[in-house]
Amino acid sequence: MQKTIYIKTIYILFKKELMSYFNSPIAYIFIGVFLVAGNWLFFNSFFLVGQASVRNYFSLLPWIFLFLAPALTMRLWAEEKKTGTIEFLLTLPISDWQAVLAKFIGSLAFMFIALLLTITLPLTVFFLGNIDWGTVVGSYLGALFLGGSYLALGLFISSLTKNQIIAFVLALIASFAIFIIGAEFVLMSVPQFIAPIMKFLGLGSHFYNIAKGVIDTKDIIYYSSFIFLFLWLNARVIENRGWK
Amino acid sequence: MIEIKNLTKKIGKNAILDNISFSVKKGEILGFLGPNGAGKTTTMKIITSFWLPTSGRVEIGGINIAENSLETRMKIGYLPETVPLYDDMKVYEYLKFVAEIRNIPQNKIKSRIKSVIESCGLTSVSRQPIDELSKGYRQRVGLAQAIIHNPDVLILDEPTTGLDPNQIMEIRDLIKKIGEKKTIIFSTHILSEVKAVCDRVIIINGGKIAGQGTPEELIKKTGSSELIYVKIKGGKEDVSRKLGEMAGVKKIEIKDKEADDIYGYEIEPESEVDLRENLSKIILASGWSILEFNKKSISLEDVFRELTK
Repeated sequence: MQKTIYIKTIYILFKKELMSYFNSPIAYIFIGVFLVAGNWLFFNSFFLVGQASVRNYFSLLPWIFLFLAPALTMRLWAEEKKTGTIEFLLTLPISDWQAVLAKFIGSLAFMFIALLLTITLPLTVFFLGNIDWGTVVGSYLGALFLGGSYLALGLFISSLTKNQIIAFVLALIASFAIFIIGAEFVLMSVPQFIAPIMKFLGLGSHFYNIAKGVIDTKDIIYYSSFIFLFLWLNARVIENRGWK
Repeated sequence: MIEIKNLTKKIGKNAILDNISFSVKKGEILGFLGPNGAGKTTTMKIITSFWLPTSGRVEIGGINIAENSLETRMKIGYLPETVPLYDDMKVYEYLKFVAEIRNIPQNKIKSRIKSVIESCGLTSVSRQPIDELSKGYRQRVGLAQAIIHNPDVLILDEPTTGLDPNQIMEIRDLIKKIGEKKTIIFSTHILSEVKAVCDRVIIINGGKIAGQGTPEELIKKTGSSELIYVKIKGGKEDVSRKLGEMAGVKKIEIKDKEADDIYGYEIEPESEVDLRENLSKIILASGWSILEFNKKSISLEDVFRELTK
């Protein structure tokens, strides 16, 4: 009984969070930019390379997410702090975890909807040639994990400030930094012994594994702990609101 | 219903609340008075579990908020000072969200929303987006949100600021009506409001309780409840000395000056003595003349100023 109420509360909050995306123009701008950029980049290389594959598209996805995920998370806490609704929210009979989880799942669900709308790309490939559906599913799964990591990080950063623009820029920088430390050209320029560590810590390297269709528990665990870490930090920040 | 013991809140080294204790009985409307920055809002933020106290304890209906704040939050309806609302939602949609998150049973949600919409006078705006509402309507939505789950305790932080006189009257009546069954703490710096609505008053200043009681008790505590103001034509020193020596006079003070030999005096009598007759006799017998003469009651304003200066 307790548990169902706990989940139901998260669900109600989540519903409100998701609705508030669609209540503001941000959602439509986000989906518009995401689809236009994605399709353009895809068809650009599709006709150029002449290969029936979504590999190229998915390898660009981390870069698109890099800008779009912070746009989704920037207002989640910053706006509540600015308008004072955080005082309403956190004096409701809900735990800090419930509030954090609801916001995270809300943004993830929104990203999921945006990703679903790109299903036309693999379908195009499917009609024009051969497609490896295993890779496609793997890529989408990887995209969700990668997106979830960006979102958890951005959500945490949003809880640190009242200003949405600051939240956006900081989240962008932080996401970029964590993504880039695992990239090949960075790894080549650092000493041999740190390279494997950096490769493991970087968000990107895990994505390319999954996107290739290889679902390794190591990568899943990496992403899950990354997301958990930042949600946990987020809950700590919210919990300590009374001390400043 | 509400028990507050030795509550202290420090931010850095600065004590915003300094060892405050008080309690509010069930069904009581408590007015929380004090100058800006006295600690009213801080106390409310702690009672509602938005902020943690540095030390001290708060109990709502026997439950310690530090031990089971989810339980106590269910019992509380809270209207913060800034009336924060989700502006992108419509009034009805917002109240439905609050009703759901407050765990009102699904089959009662509709009737609860209908009843708060009616009692808060929101019928005409229930389909409007919140960000298009006037200040008065926002305040009412805030109030509706606070009472929708029928809480035992209502915490209202300056619920009437920024409203026009008619709206103030409406909100006050509403508070009074709700207050028949609930425990209410409400802060304000409009003193007439306290007199009109509250059973009891706590005056807080610099993080400490400066006075508490019913409005009448507070007035009594400040000293005698009446002052006599008299404007006399005559030598300033003579008048002060002679009237000061008069039996039953506690204090005489020069309030204003109209001309060289015309001064206004405020006379505080010793308790319950009516000085007026003797006063006029002495003044006339001394050859001075009375230009103005009136009696004024000490108001809550005077008490407030006395206690918070």
